[in-house]
Amino acid sequence: MATHAAQPMTQPAVEPSPPSAELRVALAQIDPALGDRQRNLAMHLEQITAAKAAGADLVVFPELSLTGYFLRDMVPEVALHRSSLEIAQLIEAASPMAIVAGFVEEAPGHQFFNAAFYAEAGRLLHVHRKVYLPTYGLFEEQRYFSPGKRFQAFSAARLGRVGLLICEDLWHVSAATIMQAEEVDVLICVINSPARGVDGPMVRTAETYQMLARTYAQLLGVLVIVVNRVGFEDGLCFFGSSLAAGPDGRLLAEAPAFDPALTIVRCDLADLRRQRLITPLARDEQLLLTIEELERIKRRRYES
Amino acid sequence: MKADPANADLAINPVLVEEILVRFIRNEVTRTGFRRAVFGLSGGIDSSVVAYLAAKALGPDQVLAVTMPYKTSSAETLRDSQTVVDRLGVQTLAVPITAQVDAYFAAQPGASQMRLANKCARERMTVLYDQSAAFEGLVLGTSNKTELLLGYGTQYGDLASAINPIGDLYKSQLRALAAHLGVPKEILDKAPSGDLWVGQTDEGELGFTYADVDRLLVLLVDRRWQPAQLIENGFDAPFVERVLKMIRRNQYKRRLPVIAKLTHRTMDRDFRYPRDWWT
Repeated sequence: MATHAAQPMTQPAVEPSPPSAELRVALAQIDPALGDRQRNLAMHLEQITAAKAAGADLVVFPELSLTGYFLRDMVPEVALHRSSLEIAQLIEAASPMAIVAGFVEEAPGHQFFNAAFYAEAGRLLHVHRKVYLPTYGLFEEQRYFSPGKRFQAFSAARLGRVGLLICEDLWHVSAATIMQAEEVDVLICVINSPARGVDGPMVRTAETYQMLARTYAQLLGVLVIVVNRVGFEDGLCFFGSSLAAGPDGRLLAEAPAFDPALTIVRCDLADLRRQRLITPLARDEQLLLTIEELERIKRRRYES
Repeated sequence: MKADPANADLAINPVLVEEILVRFIRNEVTRTGFRRAVFGLSGGIDSSVVAYLAAKALGPDQVLAVTMPYKTSSAETLRDSQTVVDRLGVQTLAVPITAQVDAYFAAQPGASQMRLANKCARERMTVLYDQSAAFEGLVLGTSNKTELLLGYGTQYGDLASAINPIGDLYKSQLRALAAHLGVPKEILDKAPSGDLWVGQTDEGELGFTYADVDRLLVLLVDRRWQPAQLIENGFDAPFVERVLKMIRRNQYKRRLPVIAKLTHRTMDRDFRYPRDWWT
């Protein structure tokens, strides 16, 4: 990653730049089998092999990629501990490439989380537990999952500061705000979004994700990666259309709608520095003001 | 806010809808180990659309269109069904149901027209499920969203199927999809009819047009307008109330039978698995 340390005035300006700013991200838009972890593990291993062959630095699978989405009473039956052999096998197979994949996490106390992990070079670096569990319309996640309690970024070797979100998390502005405060460079959001709204040129929910990704990419000055699945479950059509958006808000790549695909996106991480010089929104962000205002609102809404 | 007179809420992109529905049929049929599909073809818009979608999804030779005329069925019904079969090259089978239906009603003097219509619908269902076993194909449903909401169908008759590709499309939307798919003009232009008795039309029997009721349903159901707001915005109050009553009264047709609960895990209440469990 580019660093942002100021240069002393007397020295000639040297552009700080990483040895290689090109990042290759593989968007693994798969069609997981519902509740069949073994089949899904095999599917992941195939994609990992293909992503490595394409020279990817990172492969990203969708939300709940090891289990499928509409699990209902299968949730406890397909759950894994984060130290499970299956996850270890994936991390090992991907190494040294980085990997993001989704699973049902069983935590001590028999709580179940809709979770995604990030690993690189054979090491598990982070697990995000989905905070916002949609429970309205066709969704019933709070019936089965406990909500995560943190939006916490982490530092990765090639990507810099990384934020990991799951699906509905991205619809809450607060998640993006916290990630900005966490000084992320790359925001990865894994999703399982079913198609709704068929009156436009593309599925309406796909349009919304594209809008959210591009908006946050531009406002935060980060690389945003969104990976969705494809296929059907009980009539729900997962629309694919995985994407990457650059820090200027432009689409860098878009995977096909509806069909499985491994899409390789080439991103120039040096764009982040250039974009933050052009529009230094993150620099000017008044975090303490935000915190003070939120504290004031907290007193008014929760303590009076 | 004004109710939209231009029907913007009913607009669909037929190219996108076709893409999704063709994949839906292929996926939901093959994931259960089948490769083929069976459905009842009446020569109307709904079953013709299903024929076009299924032929695209599975290939015409993997699709069986069953025509099941009763003695009062119109010549038009058979002619239009044949046109669809000829255009698509799907497999077809004619199974007239007059003999079995009449044999049953010979011992039921004075049965109403409604009983006859329902019996015919259920007779057709048993034929389709038997042909499903013979042809090794899943039964495709042909009920649209308008009919499902109004309960304008026979429980365990035409409402029965394994998978239904068109159940989330209103009749007016199906008409747009049918035109896009190339369904013949004579089918698009004729008055929708269950062909339940001579001269029967859906709109004559319902007492309102699909165009009017779809405009009401999409606002009420999809856009979540309150009935009072719809009436304020120009919908006829008795019409709104009648449609609301039909939706409520027919809820049972859209659900499995109610089971008396005794244990901690009762089918479909707290024994909750997806239909596509482990596929």
